[in-house]
Amino acid sequence: MAILTLTINGEHVSGKDDESLLDIARQHDVHIPTLCHLDGLSDVGACRLCLVEVEGQSKLFPACTTKPQEGMVIRTDTERLKKYRRTIIELLASEGNHQCAVCVVNNHCELQNLAYDVDLQYVRFPYLYPKKELDATHEDFVIDRNRCVLCTRCVRVCHEVEGAHTWDIAGRGIDCTIIADMNQPWGTSASCTSCGKCVRVCPTGALFEKGQTVAEMEKQRDFLKYIVHARQKREWVAEQIEEE
Amino acid sequence: MTLEDLNELAEKELERQKNFKNRLLYCSAAGCVSCGSNATRDAFKKSLKEKGLDKEVEVLGTGCMGLCGEGPLVKVGSDDTLYQRVDENAAARIVDEHLLNANKVAENLINPDDPFFASQMKIVLENCGKINAESIEEYIAAGGYQALAKALTEMSQDEVIDEVRKSGLRGRGGAGYPTGLKWGIVRKAKGDQKYVICNADEGDPGAFMDRSVLEGDPHRILEGMALAGYAVGASQGYIYVRAEYPMAIERLKLAIKHAERLGLLGNRIFESQFNFRIDLRIGAGAFVCGEETALIRSIEGRRGRPRPRPPYPSEKGLFGAPTLLNNVETYANIAPIINRGSAWFASIGTPKSTGTKVFALAGKIKNTGLIEVPMGIPLRKIIFDIGGGTPEGTEFKAAQTGGPSGGCIPNDHLDIPVDYESLATVGSIMGSGGMIVMDSESRMVDVAKYFMEFCADESCGKCVPCRVGTKHIYLLLDKISNGKATQDDIALLEELCVMVKETSLCGLGQSAPNPVLSTLRFFRHEYEELLKPALHFEQSEKSR
Repeated sequence: MAILTLTINGEHVSGKDDESLLDIARQHDVHIPTLCHLDGLSDVGACRLCLVEVEGQSKLFPACTTKPQEGMVIRTDTERLKKYRRTIIELLASEGNHQCAVCVVNNHCELQNLAYDVDLQYVRFPYLYPKKELDATHEDFVIDRNRCVLCTRCVRVCHEVEGAHTWDIAGRGIDCTIIADMNQPWGTSASCTSCGKCVRVCPTGALFEKGQTVAEMEKQRDFLKYIVHARQKREWVAEQIEEE
Repeated sequence: MTLEDLNELAEKELERQKNFKNRLLYCSAAGCVSCGSNATRDAFKKSLKEKGLDKEVEVLGTGCMGLCGEGPLVKVGSDDTLYQRVDENAAARIVDEHLLNANKVAENLINPDDPFFASQMKIVLENCGKINAESIEEYIAAGGYQALAKALTEMSQDEVIDEVRKSGLRGRGGAGYPTGLKWGIVRKAKGDQKYVICNADEGDPGAFMDRSVLEGDPHRILEGMALAGYAVGASQGYIYVRAEYPMAIERLKLAIKHAERLGLLGNRIFESQFNFRIDLRIGAGAFVCGEETALIRSIEGRRGRPRPRPPYPSEKGLFGAPTLLNNVETYANIAPIINRGSAWFASIGTPKSTGTKVFALAGKIKNTGLIEVPMGIPLRKIIFDIGGGTPEGTEFKAAQTGGPSGGCIPNDHLDIPVDYESLATVGSIMGSGGMIVMDSESRMVDVAKYFMEFCADESCGKCVPCRVGTKHIYLLLDKISNGKATQDDIALLEELCVMVKETSLCGLGQSAPNPVLSTLRFFRHEYEELLKPALHFEQSEKSR
C-alpha cells in the first residue's frame, strides 16, 4: 500500500492507493453527492452523481470507482458538474412516481435530500411513470417499484452481505425493474431470508416495512458498516476449539 | 501437423480443383440466400446433370461477393465472370450458353470494369466469394494457416506483436485503438491464464461487415485469434457471436471442428509448445453486449451490463484474467500482416490509418452491398463511384457512418478522406463500417429519432443518463417531428444530448446523442422548419 498525493479542488491531499477518490475526498471533508454508493457495498458507478473532472482527461470519472494516481488533479465542484448533477436528479424525478408528500420516507429520503441540495423546484421533462408493479406479498415488507431509482443497493446487499441473492434486475432501458428470484411475488421467494437488509439500504421509499405510513419510515444504514467491518476483521468468528 | 503437412494439403486441394474443367461459384451468404441462391444452386445442379456436365463443373457456395443488392450472384469459369440476379431460368441459360458454348449471357452479366470493383482493394475480403466457406482445405489452398505456421515456427511472441504494432493496424470495431499496443499490454499483464475474445456481436442497424467475413471466410478469424493467443500468451479463445447470425454460427462451428481435426487448434499446434482452443458464445440479442465489459460479463454467464473502466479488460477481463478483445475485422487483418509483413500493410491507406476498411453500403444507393476500400479514400468516391450514387431522380443528402453511435456527413463534406481522424472532425466516427446513404426524401429529424429510439430501447438501464436521458431525447425528437415543439425544446434537446454524452457510463450512452448532435449541426433548418409557429403578441405603446 502506498500513500499518494493529489490535488482536490486546489487543496493538496493524501490518500492510499487502494482507496477510491470518493473515500479520499470524504476524508478531507470534500462533499461529493452520491446515490448508488453505500459504505460497505461494492461500487458500480451507476448513478453518475459523483462524476469528477480529472485534469488532462477529457472524460469525467465516477469518484466511487476511480482509484487515485500520484499527482492527480481533481475538481469536484465545477459549474459543469453541478449542472450535470442537477440534470441527473431531474431525470430521476421525471422517471418514477416521486410524490414526496404521500411517501413513507418523506423527509428521510436520499433522493429528496439530493433534490433539496440542488434546489430542484420543477422538472423540465415530462413525467414518464413507466408501468411498474407494487408487491406487498411479503409478510413484513413491501416493494413499490414506482419509487425505485434502480441504484441496485438492494441487489448488492442481498448478494454481497446476506448471500441470498434474492434480488435481481430484469428488463432493459426504461423498463428495467427489480425482481425477486425468478420474477415471482416476493412472498413466495424461496431464497429470501426476510433479513430486511434491502429495506434498510434502499435510499427511497421503494422498499419499506409494513405498518408504516406517510413519513414514518426512517432507515438506519449504519448497521452495514459494522457487519462488513466485523467480517473483515473476523470479529464474529468463534474461536477455534483446540484439538487435543 | 507440420508446415510440410500443411503445404501437402494445399497441393492436394489444388490438384483436386484441377480435376474440374470449370468452377461455378454461387454466393451463399445471408443476402443472396434470402434472394433465393439455394434455388439457383439446385437449378444449376439439375441443369448440369441434364447436360452431363456434373462431373466437369464443380458447384460451390462461397461467401459474400459484394454486390448484395443484385443477388443472387454467381461466378463462372476461370476468368470469374460475374452474373447478377441469377434465378432458376438464368441458371439454365448460363449452363446452356456459357458452359456449353462459351458465350456469356449478356443480360445477367456484370461489367468487371464497373467502378464498383475498380476502386476497391481486398485484404479482409480477399477470400470472400472465392473459396468454399465450409472447406478448410480450400482456405489452406488459398494460403490459409501459413501465417500461423510462420509465427509458431519462426517468430517469438514479441516479434508477432511488433509486426502488428509496426503495421499501424487500429481496432476495426470503431474506436480505432492501436491493435499492437493493446496486444502488448495484455502480453505484459500478469496472470497465468489469459483469454482472447473476438467480438462478433455486430449490432449496428444496416451493418453486415462482420457477418459477411464470418460467413465467407471463418478460418481467417480462427487463424487471427490463434496468432493473437500465441502473441499474448493465451490458451483459450471465445467468439461472441449474436444469435441473429445462425449461418455464421453454423460455419464457425464447422470451421472450429475442421481446424481441431487437423490439429490447427488444440494442443501443440505446429509441434510447438502453443496450445489454443476456441469456443463459441452466442449472444441473446442485446446491443449493449457489443460493449467490451458487458460482453465479458455475458460470456461469464451474467447479465450483460457494462462496468466503469479502468480497470480495462487487458488488465482485468474475463473471469478477472487479462483479456484481449478485438473485433472480427481486426482479427481478419492479422494473418495477411504476418504473411506479407508490416511494411506492406503500413503502405496502404494513410500514415495514421493504415490498411483497408470494409463498409456495408445501404440506404438510398444504387449498389447496395459490401465493399472494402483503402483508408483515406474520399467519401465521395465511395458513394458515387463505388456506390453508383443515389437512385434515379433523387439527390444525395447525407451519408451516415457509425450507425447509432455515429453521425451524418452532408454533401459539403463529401471530399473528406475516410480515416479515423477526419471523420471525427465532422462529428462522425469510423464506426464498425455501416454506411447508410440518405437522399433528398429523407427527413433528418426522423433519422435522428430512429437511432435514438434504437438506443433508448437497447440501453441496459444501469446508469441514469442513458436510461432516462435517451428516453427524453427520443420524446423531444418525437415532439419536434410531430410539429409540437418550440425553440425552447431544441435548446433543451441540445443540452440533454451534451449531458448524456458526457456523463453516461459506457460507449452506448456516450455516443447515443451523436446522430442528433450531427444532424443538428448540419441540418438545423430541418428541425426549425418543424417548430410550432411562435405566438406573436402585438404590444402597443400603451400596454408597456
